[in-house]
Amino acid sequence: MCLGVPGRIEEISGNDDPIFLTGKVDFGGVLREVILAGIKDAKVGDWVIVHAGFALNKLNEEEAYEVFDYLRQISEFGRIELEDTDGISGRAEVVEKG
Amino acid sequence: MKYVSEYRDKESALKYAALIRKLVTREWSIMEVCGGQTHTIVKYGIDQLLPDSVNLIHGPGCPVCVTPVELIDQAVAIAGLENVIFCSFGDMLRVPGSWSDLLGVKASGGDVRMVYSPVDAVHMAAGNPGKEIVFFAVGFETTAPVTAAAVLQAEHLALDNFSMLVSHVLVPPAIEIILSSQDCAVQGFLAAGHVCTVMGYTEYEPIAEKYGVPIVVTGFEPLDILEGIHMCLQQLEEGRVDVENQYLRAVSREGNRAAIEIMRSVFEVTDRKWRGIGRIPGSGFRLRERFSRFDAGKKFKVSSHEVDEPEICISGEVLRGNKRPFECVAFGRECTPVHPLGAPMVSSEGACAAYYRYRLARTNNE
Ligand code: SF4
Repeated sequence: MCLGVPGRIEEISGNDDPIFLTGKVDFGGVLREVILAGIKDAKVGDWVIVHAGFALNKLNEEEAYEVFDYLRQISEFGRIELEDTDGISGRAEVVEKG
Repeated sequence: MKYVSEYRDKESALKYAALIRKLVTREWSIMEVCGGQTHTIVKYGIDQLLPDSVNLIHGPGCPVCVTPVELIDQAVAIAGLENVIFCSFGDMLRVPGSWSDLLGVKASGGDVRMVYSPVDAVHMAAGNPGKEIVFFAVGFETTAPVTAAAVLQAEHLALDNFSMLVSHVLVPPAIEIILSSQDCAVQGFLAAGHVCTVMGYTEYEPIAEKYGVPIVVTGFEPLDILEGIHMCLQQLEEGRVDVENQYLRAVSREGNRAAIEIMRSVFEVTDRKWRGIGRIPGSGFRLRERFSRFDAGKKFKVSSHEVDEPEICISGEVLRGNKRPFECVAFGRECTPVHPLGAPMVSSEGACAAYYRYRLARTNNE
């Protein structure tokens, strides 16, 4: 229900009333018309999180890979043997790529 | 897809799982508030990657599941009226009311349509001046801005044939109800990422402090959830109580002011009844007086009265995280996604439906 999908703004169509400000957003090749009224200074090329046809916020591209940095940091910090995943890999067949 | 598939990387998931195993020294119970997260957890088997000492409790975070029966009955009654086109998100169509669901109305000739966005319903109203278009507005703070935008657009277009049945619910008061109950086993929370994309997380800071529980704002992909769990466990193991943000790419502490403003200009806070939980003060949105002409409840005077749930259904316990779907005697027998007895079996994000789809099917195949 609270699904939010990241997409890239390809085109912005202005309107005199800001509540009608929309743009074409590209979701991995699929273009959709999205309301941009909630995005301050929206620009072509910005990434946004879209829910039910409304852009909730800009996506912070600099932070996008933090999840991997954190993984690296905590494993280095704790000097944890990350190869030691054997015991659980059998259960993980459901975590899939892509 | 960029910014999606990376976060499903199996190798990184296994690393997170290994780190979590090394970290925990005792039993902990963490609740994920949002149904979208429940769905990811059960679908990808994240709970099965965790050590047995980490217990994930599924929270009430599915707005479809908590919409009270009375309101479904009201929707069903309005959808059955002549000249009405009743629009809703897909999941709402099969939620059982006390005598029918919305699909039942459609089957008997009512005009019930699924829409992707409330704004589609506004366009429909503009294109069908002879019809009454009613939108069933359910959702958390994530959905409230787009519902509000639809109302503002309808106002701007001076539409008098558009209205909505509003059942918006708010997350923080529900977290408080769970934490303040006597038998609460929850020691840490994963807060719902997209709710916080809009709202930020300042509202959670006094809650974490008052109840002494760490809260980690968390995203929806498998790696997000594993990182969120790791951050939460780290706080628990260290005896810290903070509000932390895992979902940095989408959430800032203040949230998105522009979206909040749109939402607040249309809605005001009200008490709301949650299916299976009861009335929670200050836990919903209703239209402000200025927009009352868009209120379908006022426009169409259909009667509705308080209704009890089917006795066999323990959805209240499931929604509060006290019981698991497997503990319900009707689970997978009388109650299935095709014939749901309670709302958590209807929405794909409901805990019962997620267990039915990903767990029962798998057990049967083994
Ligand atoms: S399995 Fe069905 S009857 Fe049992 S709690 Fe879930 S929704 Fe209710």
